[in-house]
Amino acid sequence: MIWYLGRKLFIYLLTFFFAVTIDWLIPRLMPGNPVDIMVSRMALRADAAEVVRSYYIQAFQLDLPLWRQYLNFWIALLRGDLGVSIWLFPQPVISVIARAVPYDLLLLLPAILLSWVLGNQVGAMAARVRWLDNTVLPLAYILTATPYMWLALLLAWSLGQVAGLFPISGAYSYNIRPHLSWVFIRDLLWHWTLPFLSLFLVMFGGWAIGMRNMIIYELEADYSRYLSALGAPQRLIRRYAFRNAVLPQITGLALQLGAIVAGAVATEIAFAYPGTGYLILQAVLNQDYFLLQGCFLFIITGVLAANLIIDIVYILVDPRTRLGMVGE
Amino acid sequence: MGSRSELLYFAWLNTKVRVGALILALFVILAIVGPLFARHDPNAYVGPPAHPPSSEYWLGTTTFGQDVYSQFVHGLRATFIVGLLGGGIGTLLGVCIGLLAGYRGGMVDEILNMFTNIVLILPTLAVLIIIAAYLTVRGILVESLFIGCTAWPWAARAIRAQTFSLRAREFVDLARMSGRSSWKIMFYEIAPNMLSYLFMTFILQFGGAVLIAATLDFIGLGPTQGISLGLMMNNAVLWAALPLGMWWWLIPPGAAITAIVGALYVMNVGLDEVFNPKLREL
Repeated sequence: MIWYLGRKLFIYLLTFFFAVTIDWLIPRLMPGNPVDIMVSRMALRADAAEVVRSYYIQAFQLDLPLWRQYLNFWIALLRGDLGVSIWLFPQPVISVIARAVPYDLLLLLPAILLSWVLGNQVGAMAARVRWLDNTVLPLAYILTATPYMWLALLLAWSLGQVAGLFPISGAYSYNIRPHLSWVFIRDLLWHWTLPFLSLFLVMFGGWAIGMRNMIIYELEADYSRYLSALGAPQRLIRRYAFRNAVLPQITGLALQLGAIVAGAVATEIAFAYPGTGYLILQAVLNQDYFLLQGCFLFIITGVLAANLIIDIVYILVDPRTRLGMVGE
Repeated sequence: MGSRSELLYFAWLNTKVRVGALILALFVILAIVGPLFARHDPNAYVGPPAHPPSSEYWLGTTTFGQDVYSQFVHGLRATFIVGLLGGGIGTLLGVCIGLLAGYRGGMVDEILNMFTNIVLILPTLAVLIIIAAYLTVRGILVESLFIGCTAWPWAARAIRAQTFSLRAREFVDLARMSGRSSWKIMFYEIAPNMLSYLFMTFILQFGGAVLIAATLDFIGLGPTQGISLGLMMNNAVLWAALPLGMWWWLIPPGAAITAIVGALYVMNVGLDEVFNPKLREL
């Protein structure tokens, strides 16, 4: 078990190292000098351009030898220094991201957990109820093929714009300051509903399909046939099938994290929901490269942490990993 | 030859394959023929702003008076190009790395597998955002290339596992004894035996490339010139199509992507039933 977790941890550390190197390398690898490109795109007056230019040269440390630039990049990173945002000058990138994190968690955690749990339940039911299989499954295929942002736009247009039930942008009304009160919490939840729903629905489709197929596969397995030959009640067999089918779904959750992140980014942009995805849009619109690179590192760190948590859950759920019977 | 036409026959018998293929063919035809009927350049400002669908502008106009129909059919073309190229590159890389790791085993496998796992964990979109943001001129081809280069890991893993099971078969041993080179064995002995699997991998890579390209374009990091379905949605959101209730601008691009990717998925499930006779429903 220690060995299993250690190996995973090693891969994650290596991935983090790789990601930070990409983050450092890409601005330097691209054709032309990144500073010239950025300054020319900003369309500033000549004197202002010179100030911005000297700031960037210093920030990128382009006057130092390469190995020194790389080392300094790591040192700054470990100190939590991700540079200064251009969009919200002069706030440091790290505090801009820190403000967005609660909204990301508020949106993603319930959407991921609820869609996973409900998707598995409904998928398992669809595997044994014919009418459910014929109604839920086609719907699940449509949902899982839907681009996140389109479902978001569709919900915003139908439930928000036409029906007028929910607000279509922001995390809370403009006339309310964030504070701890029922009025604010209700407003927050009211704004949260549509982004949550669009994330939830797309993910739900994928989990339901996966679980339905896994259950059918498990019910065909030898142990299920043996149990039913022994005359075990169907409920018992299905419980065993469910327990076995859940394991690949946990692994699937880890594999899906990248797609989920992409979905969250798109959804937050569609609803102007002030999480990291919205920051990325603003960073792109405002040529705020430090903010963009900060968001990149934040997403990588988040995904790696989530992977680690899923690994630990897997160890808790699957006794074979504890006994060292599974290599990978 | 006989077995191949038999497979095609079974494939066509399968309702899922038929429905998926028909939907896909419809959009392919629209992408090829549609632009011929477009009377306006997709990005030219030609009509009255925010005009609902009419006989002159079949899908209405944008806030700036661009023809939505023209944007839509040109965007469809871009979508298929990204899918073919991005999905193709992703499949090719996955096949090469998976075959190599699975056939060679040992140290080569260890290193390739570790690399695959690292790229697998990295969230594709985040990497693409960083790359695209620093490119001054972005085209559909470059976008497809980068998408393909980040999408291969799961394909490589699956193909590696398949190769493992095929490599111990007699015909591979025979080829090895007859002195064929490793490359020849990998691509002429092992790969043809999982051709159906490779085709399904390509279908899924195609769909994945279309989705990720749409997301990237939606963020505003799509092609700097030209048009794509994701870019249409990006513009629609940025220029207040939502509060203005311009459904003709918001709905079509995403509907097309959903239909194309959904058709691919359904076709994939159908093909799975065709290629694995156990699952076949007759």
